[in-house]
Amino acid sequence: MTKKQKNVLYRILIAAVWVVALYFAPVTGYLRFVCYLIPYLVIGYDILRKAALGIIHGQVFDENFLMAVATLGAMLLGLYQVSQGQEGDFAEGVAVMLFYQIGELFQAVAVGKSRKNIAALMDIRPDYANIEGENGSLEQVDPDEVEVGSVIVVRPGEKIPIDGVVAEGSSTLNTSALTGESVPREIREGEAVLSGCVNLSGLLKIRTTREFGESTVSKILDLVENSSMKKARTENFITKFARYYTPAVCFGALALAVVPSVAGLLSGNPGAWSTWVIRALTFLVISCPCALVISIPLSFFGGIGGASTCGILVKGSNYLEALAQTKYVVFDKTGTLTKGVFQVTKIQPQEGSPEKLLEYAACAESYSTHPISKSLREAYGRDIAPERAAEVEEIAGCGVTALVDGVRVAAGNDKLMRRLGLSFCEDTEPGTVIHVALDGRYAGYLLISDVEKEQSGEAIRALKASGVKKTVMLTGDSRRAAACVAERLGLDEVKSELLPEDKVAAVEELLAVKGSREKLAFVGDGINDAPVLSRADIGVAMGALGSDAAIEAADIVLMDDNPLKLAVAMRISRKCLRIVYENIVFALGVKAVCLILGALGIAGMWLAIFADVGVMVLAVLNAIRCLKVEK
Amino acid sequence: MKKTYKIEVDCASCALKMEEAARKVEGVADAAVSFMTQKMKVEFAEGVQEKAVMEAVRKACRKVESDCEVYLD
Repeated sequence: MTKKQKNVLYRILIAAVWVVALYFAPVTGYLRFVCYLIPYLVIGYDILRKAALGIIHGQVFDENFLMAVATLGAMLLGLYQVSQGQEGDFAEGVAVMLFYQIGELFQAVAVGKSRKNIAALMDIRPDYANIEGENGSLEQVDPDEVEVGSVIVVRPGEKIPIDGVVAEGSSTLNTSALTGESVPREIREGEAVLSGCVNLSGLLKIRTTREFGESTVSKILDLVENSSMKKARTENFITKFARYYTPAVCFGALALAVVPSVAGLLSGNPGAWSTWVIRALTFLVISCPCALVISIPLSFFGGIGGASTCGILVKGSNYLEALAQTKYVVFDKTGTLTKGVFQVTKIQPQEGSPEKLLEYAACAESYSTHPISKSLREAYGRDIAPERAAEVEEIAGCGVTALVDGVRVAAGNDKLMRRLGLSFCEDTEPGTVIHVALDGRYAGYLLISDVEKEQSGEAIRALKASGVKKTVMLTGDSRRAAACVAERLGLDEVKSELLPEDKVAAVEELLAVKGSREKLAFVGDGINDAPVLSRADIGVAMGALGSDAAIEAADIVLMDDNPLKLAVAMRISRKCLRIVYENIVFALGVKAVCLILGALGIAGMWLAIFADVGVMVLAVLNAIRCLKVEK
Repeated sequence: MKKTYKIEVDCASCALKMEEAARKVEGVADAAVSFMTQKMKVEFAEGVQEKAVMEAVRKACRKVESDCEVYLD
């Protein structure tokens, strides 16, 4: 608790003890009023002051005003009762103020706590950087002061404060603070490292490539902290709502106090006016809109904070809100649904073992630097002694021929096979095909293609399960390759052979047919699809760790390249929205019922206090649930 | 020119009031207040003295919410 909050707590305690003591004390008449006035002022002086200042500055109709009028009214009514020779009831006025302050204190503490929780979840801000002095001793400096190109030392257990390149040492890094991914990453000399990762095992010397302010960790923190400034539609609705609501209930209360009394007076029955004033005051206390005003931004803030711990950065409450209404999800293919790297996906020998075929092909291609040769060697996995392949001849655009272990090997495409006058299997799956001939006889083929990510199929299914109507894949790839991937993953629609500008057109086409309350999300790797990202309702960049352009262009950033995270993000946003609506319905519902009961005189001041403070406390507790994310 | 300032404010609706007040100050192109992060982001109009504008912003905020603070540095 802050000093201010403690202060309020003491005032609450003093006033509460005083009121309880007074309940048993045999004071009557005006002395009783004075006795109650003391705790009233102790607990409520700041509210009265704010209400007075508000009126002076033309800011009527806020919470302070409501509370001041309600409690002052109650006190004055008690005074009137005393002047009529009855026992004055002052306890209610003090109690309303007391409970209002308890509610406010609770709210302040709860918000402060969840703010701290989120800060702890996002605890990636490094406090210092180590710089090696001349005699080898380490000096801790402010990361802000480290210049680009200096060498910093990161010991095991420390956070990497600034983006850079490993100059010396090797280690494993925990990237979970950035990506939500718990598997440690190996890092060696010469590799780039990002700030915010935790060094797990070895001592690292890192040459910084950026200033602290430009480093990943600062960018991410900045993004998350600014996200609550972009307000969701629901939030704006509440702001607007409060603007009309508060004056409306004030006038309603005034009418409730005056109209029946005047009517009673005219009909010759003047006695009942104090009843109506009490009802009007009750009405005022019930109507306070704080439950909504606080719980809605708190929900969104919690949702954004929770998402960021899973490596999902949401740039604004509005995007979190829109994500829950997403009905169309458009994917880029390469690098998003597929890994974007080429691997041997099939080995089809005419006879003999697949391993042997792969071995011959890999040996024959062992001198080539072509990416396809690289994937062959990677698939083979073992080292190839250079003397195994002799008489290597590369035939541009066709393939290679070589003498491997005394066998004449030809490995290449259709053209090479035709050149050699060999018949070959023409009916293959989409991808790059490497035919292999051994000693002039066709021996089979290897298929190299871009492989789907393991989680892609599951991600599509999860999106469908959470209410996405249509999933679409856009790609520049050939029709056959695209259709093949789309079918395996279970996508609804595929548009292939697109140029980058065609992708924008394709998204626009979809935007035109969707309903106005349905949102379209585009998911890409953020590198060359910035125009599409910005055109879609929600642009999602994936695998964006370390790519500033992607972070800049997207509305939602998935830090690692797991498409399943999109489904997680949707789940978080739906939960968050559900809580927001729950709170709106609950708070307005309870208030509406209590307002009617209050106007009819069934609900007294005590119920009014529940309708105000109780509802607020419950709404805040509900909102805090947004912070919890099941991974 | 955008800048973010630390603020101190106790209630969510007060934060909204501050936002509205700050937007109306001359020299402020746009303003956003986050109650959750206790920050105010101000976008200044072309060629204004930030410091002077922020003094005015602080004054305007105090007017709508006497208990708030805007830290100018």
